[in-house]
Amino acid sequence: MSELTARVRAHRGGFELNVSLHAPAARTLAVLGPNGAGKSTLLDVVVGRLQPDRGDVRVGGRVLSDAAARIHLPPERRRVGLLSQAPSLFPHLSAQENVAFGPRAAGASRASALQQAQRLLDAVGLRGLEDRRPARLSGGQQQRVALARALAARPDVLLLDEPFAALDVSTAADMRMLTAETLERTGTTAVIVTHDVVDALSLGHACLVLDAGRVIDGGGLESVLGMPRSPFVAALAGMNLLQGVSQGNGVVHASDGRVLHGHQIGTLSAGPHVFAAFAPAAVGIEPRGDSEPTSAEAGRTSLAAVVEGWELGTAGIRVRFAGGVLADVAPAEFAGLHLRRGDRVRLGVNATDVSIYAAQRPVGDADPSPARARSTGTRPLR
Amino acid sequence: MSAPRWLIAPAVLGLALVVLPLVALVVRLDWASVPAAISSHEALSALSLSLTTAAAATAVCVALGVPLALLIARADARLAGVLRAVVTLPLVLPPLVGGIALLFLLGRSGLIGASLDTVGIRIPFTTGAVVIAQSFVAMPFLVIAVEGAFRTAGVRYEQVAATLGASRWTTFRRVTLPLVGPSLVAGIVLCFARALGEFGATALFAGNQEGVTRTMPLAIYTAFNGGGIGQSTAIALSLLLVGVAILVLLAMRGWREDVAL
Repeated sequence: MSELTARVRAHRGGFELNVSLHAPAARTLAVLGPNGAGKSTLLDVVVGRLQPDRGDVRVGGRVLSDAAARIHLPPERRRVGLLSQAPSLFPHLSAQENVAFGPRAAGASRASALQQAQRLLDAVGLRGLEDRRPARLSGGQQQRVALARALAARPDVLLLDEPFAALDVSTAADMRMLTAETLERTGTTAVIVTHDVVDALSLGHACLVLDAGRVIDGGGLESVLGMPRSPFVAALAGMNLLQGVSQGNGVVHASDGRVLHGHQIGTLSAGPHVFAAFAPAAVGIEPRGDSEPTSAEAGRTSLAAVVEGWELGTAGIRVRFAGGVLADVAPAEFAGLHLRRGDRVRLGVNATDVSIYAAQRPVGDADPSPARARSTGTRPLR
Repeated sequence: MSAPRWLIAPAVLGLALVVLPLVALVVRLDWASVPAAISSHEALSALSLSLTTAAAATAVCVALGVPLALLIARADARLAGVLRAVVTLPLVLPPLVGGIALLFLLGRSGLIGASLDTVGIRIPFTTGAVVIAQSFVAMPFLVIAVEGAFRTAGVRYEQVAATLGASRWTTFRRVTLPLVGPSLVAGIVLCFARALGEFGATALFAGNQEGVTRTMPLAIYTAFNGGGIGQSTAIALSLLLVGVAILVLLAMRGWREDVAL
């Protein structure tokens, strides 16, 4: 089985990437991060277009790059496939010839390569379109051909670079399911780079969060999304996130002086620095925000806030407040509030809806692979 | 949007400049003498020499020009600019000057020719010299056509091919080259047409010996000057050359429409 491990330091221009990652065999690791986090740089290192300054990249027992040993295999000898946002099908070849390209390059006879291509095209639901040139296929069909073509080359690891970002919503949903099923069926080790949480949820068995060239979080999707530790992940998870200092007993003093009540998750042994997270839907808006908080109701947080704006959200009207806090309210309730931009209001959140957890993820929890030695997870390379 | 009306006059004049000389050629032609003129031994020998040397020169241009075009297309902008200017030189140089330059390089006392002479190889005034002269003047047509296509195609598909496990040679053969196919055909046709019409460099570097270096343009020149065959023969031969050139251009058009993406 071919697991992918990379512990690399690389730079491009002034940007530095310093990342450790591990994708267990036949599993998909989702790499999440905002634009400029270093996702494409990471892909280029694994695919072989960028030589790491330090560290190594291995697939199974094979060394793809090893800076110390001055090993750097060219892309064509890595057995690392890539499915990008643009299908980039060869325009002069039919769908079937595109898929047969990898097997042909590996030395298969024309007949057997075309036969393999036919099987893969059937598997991605394109029977009957094998003779079409890419220009005569829709965007979704082209991306299916690209998936079949990438798999036909039998890569040890398949990298997926925002593969659904260029498709319309319903095509993307179909393609996402198809890709997840295909990876599962073929037992392909994969890394998907994305800033779409649905991609990570549909394909990823674990995730890694990248920011400014470093791994800032990682582990199981449920724990990473359930306890966000960065504004980026909080936004992905659709949660409000505040940072503060734990006062014990579920009380947190946020950095801006506000006091939050919540329930602790896990022991807070990692230090008094904690995050408090709560869903926008759990936030109630109380008008007459000028009044002082009513004597700190036990078990309820009350925060002063200034209305910044609102838009239609997936759960009613999403109201934005200064400082980045969000609240979702039903349209009728919103109508009754008569809110205006700049209004001072009070926000109420029940303690049961506020999760409080350590700012540092416990060691070991961040490693996306349970089978792996726990300490190698996300520590940067020195 | 249609063009301003006053542009019609210069446009028609331009067309006339191209077409009228050919019309004059046809008008002056003594049709009765055509069959004899173009089936004469001299004419056939010049035509077959022209076709074979032009084909050989085109083959040389493809074999050397395609790699050169790829090199320029993948070089960084500054180097590419310099290389492109150098490759275009034969295009702006009077062919006569090219012929003299070739003599100074490959002539018996030339830069390389002197050493070749000592081992018994003499290039000037041979059929080989015709091919070299034609390649010299025709090369830019091929390189410019193909280089532009390589640059437009970019490296995206080549990078994809690499992730599919294709070696660089396989990628070149099965991706890079087919992608520039239409431009390559256009380049080949232009290159062949230019080689077919080549006169100046050939005259100086290869001479004018019947059956060895007297290609169609040289045969026409000789005939026109009254050497052996008459002026009417020269006109008939000219028309033959024009006919061949038009055939080549038509062949290219048909092919290009076939492969148009």
